[in-house]
Amino acid sequence: MLQTQNLAARRGETLLFSEVSFSLAAGTALVIGGPNGSGKTTLLRILAGLTQPAEGMLSWRGEPVRPFDPRLRAETLFIGHVPALKDELTALENLASLASLHGGEVGAERLREALAAWSLSRQRSLPARVLSQGQRRRIGLARFSLVSRALWLLDEPATALDDAGIASLCAAVAAHLANGGVAVIATHQELALPSAASRSLRLT
Amino acid sequence: MSAREPVVGAWPGVGWALGRDVRLALRSKAELGVQLLFYVIVVTLFPLGVGAEAQLLRALGPGVLWVAALLASLLSLPRLFAADFADGTLEQMALSPYPLAALISGKILAHWLTTGAPLAVLAPLLALQFGMDAGESAALLAGLLLGTPTLSLLGAVGAALTLGLRAGGALLALLTLPLYVPILVFGAGAVGATHAGLGAGGELSVLGAALLAAAVGAPAACAAAVRIALD
Repeated sequence: MLQTQNLAARRGETLLFSEVSFSLAAGTALVIGGPNGSGKTTLLRILAGLTQPAEGMLSWRGEPVRPFDPRLRAETLFIGHVPALKDELTALENLASLASLHGGEVGAERLREALAAWSLSRQRSLPARVLSQGQRRRIGLARFSLVSRALWLLDEPATALDDAGIASLCAAVAAHLANGGVAVIATHQELALPSAASRSLRLT
Repeated sequence: MSAREPVVGAWPGVGWALGRDVRLALRSKAELGVQLLFYVIVVTLFPLGVGAEAQLLRALGPGVLWVAALLASLLSLPRLFAADFADGTLEQMALSPYPLAALISGKILAHWLTTGAPLAVLAPLLALQFGMDAGESAALLAGLLLGTPTLSLLGAVGAALTLGLRAGGALLALLTLPLYVPILVFGAGAVGATHAGLGAGGELSVLGAALLAAAVGAPAACAAAVRIALD
């Protein structure tokens, strides 16, 4: 479903990576590893259509796509390393706001279930400013069940999560893959993903 | 998973951004109050500074009330996109199925409702300090109601262009204030024309036309600038 050909990215004068080519079929995940500054985030932002690659092309469902292509946007869930939360809003309001921005489910019942699934039931009326880093990250991840998207792009999703959180994350990704979705995950941590469905790419 | 049709429709996008930004503004009331208070204080400094000579105050009034409105509108502009840019909301907005220009229109409308509109409503009260009569105050109110949304729209373009720059605030003022000049001239002119007994129809029409032009052009310009900032 997702295919890249000879992608290259530059930051200023430095070449971050070049000739990154891969093809992901429905139901597979690509785990991107590599040292800090090797271009993992840049690659994800290129795949999301936020950044223009210096070279190469990207295609989705067999058709080439350009940055901010509406077809790609309608099917992408991008969770960056900043969680896009507003300190003044409560956990529940933040989740509702993010889900509705992506045209997702925002019924009160579904929102509460999604927060409960990420162990945030007791925190739902607290403003995001008082939540811990891990809890803030969980609010972002709680979107998984509310917004239906074929392509998940996750930038360091396991950062600040505890073991239970990482297990939930892996379970959510595995369910997404089983459902025919595609995921690209940049991470330093080992994630327990179904080995048959996941591949890895190492940037240097 | 089947291919989904992109969600189209700009109005839900406008509504999303408007609702969220108004709610955020109401949560941090202090910030709202600061801007209004700034306006009140700047306007009040002039009668205190130049003395209570009725003729002079009457001549100064329209200009002072408008210049202070421009400055007050600049006060909150740097935060218009910067907060969303820093916390990652802006990239989520750029990737949402709604057109980015629609989401930005909603943000600008919220900015006006929480800054420009209260200021316009307050202005006739402050006009009393300058000895303006009811007709002039009405022209002032009408001019500010038509002019302040244009200030928000033009300012938003400047805010989007200076996104992520160091010393963006000062640059923003330098970039935006010259664009505000026509609004200032016709806004203050509307009050002056009423005072001279000419009627403010012409000036208000120009302000209305400027608003329409800015409403069409500014959101698209902001969207383009935001995409460059995100790259």
